[in-house]
Amino acid sequence: MDTTWYLVLSACIFTVGAAGVLLRRNALIIFMCVEMMLNSVNLTLVAFSRQWGNLDGQTFVFIIMAVAAAEVAIGLAVLIAHTHHNPSVNIDEINLLKW
Amino acid sequence: MSNLFFLLIGAISLAAALGVVLSRQPVHSALFLLANFASLAVLYVLLDAQFLAAAQVIIYAGGIVILILFVVMLIGHGSEAQPAGQRRVARVTSVLLGLILLIGLAAQVLTRQPAAEGIASGGSPSDIGAHLFTHHLLPFELVAILLLVALIGALVMGRKLKPNLTAEEGES
Repeated sequence: MDTTWYLVLSACIFTVGAAGVLLRRNALIIFMCVEMMLNSVNLTLVAFSRQWGNLDGQTFVFIIMAVAAAEVAIGLAVLIAHTHHNPSVNIDEINLLKW
Repeated sequence: MSNLFFLLIGAISLAAALGVVLSRQPVHSALFLLANFASLAVLYVLLDAQFLAAAQVIIYAGGIVILILFVVMLIGHGSEAQPAGQRRVARVTSVLLGLILLIGLAAQVLTRQPAAEGIASGGSPSDIGAHLFTHHLLPFELVAILLLVALIGALVMGRKLKPNLTAEEGES
């Protein structure tokens, strides 16, 4: 299959993720949407890696996966820590850092 | 055959992505997310990136989704209450912004003429390993430090508050 169609699919998934971040108010679902956007960009990198016959893209994806794992661990820990103050996960009520 | 397979898997992936955004229960969202990650792993196999397909299944499907599911079961039952008028405005705005983003991305992708297909360089674990350790050794070591920092940070933030701290919270 042509690289272009992988890019189109990736753009569609990225858009759905971005719309989800704007649409949903549950912090956990926003988190999942961010993960989905990261994954769609990974798909782009792998498609370009095949297009150019270069392994740099796949190496980047591997490192991005490690960074995403770290990000998930920290982000969920922040959410859990926040529930010590306030049991809600509604993003509108998470405003401890607001002046 | 390969094209048909791509269309099928791509449709599953997109449907799962929509499921993440549209399902009401956070647990269902997490399961749709799992489907999305699994279908992306299949697409990696189609793109000759076998190692990344395995890593995708192990790291995302096996690690991240399980972590998210645990946290959903701990704290994910909150309501998404929001005033009705505000919610409608937010919905319309989000969908519009999403459409604009999609049109922009698709225009960029579809108007560029792709170069000729390159020679596939393979994505087996030995290829990736040789490439990683000859060209990207420093990022690899930095990832090790990053993961250690993330581990310690998650432990520090996830632990229970000290009793005197919670007492102060109660007074104020």
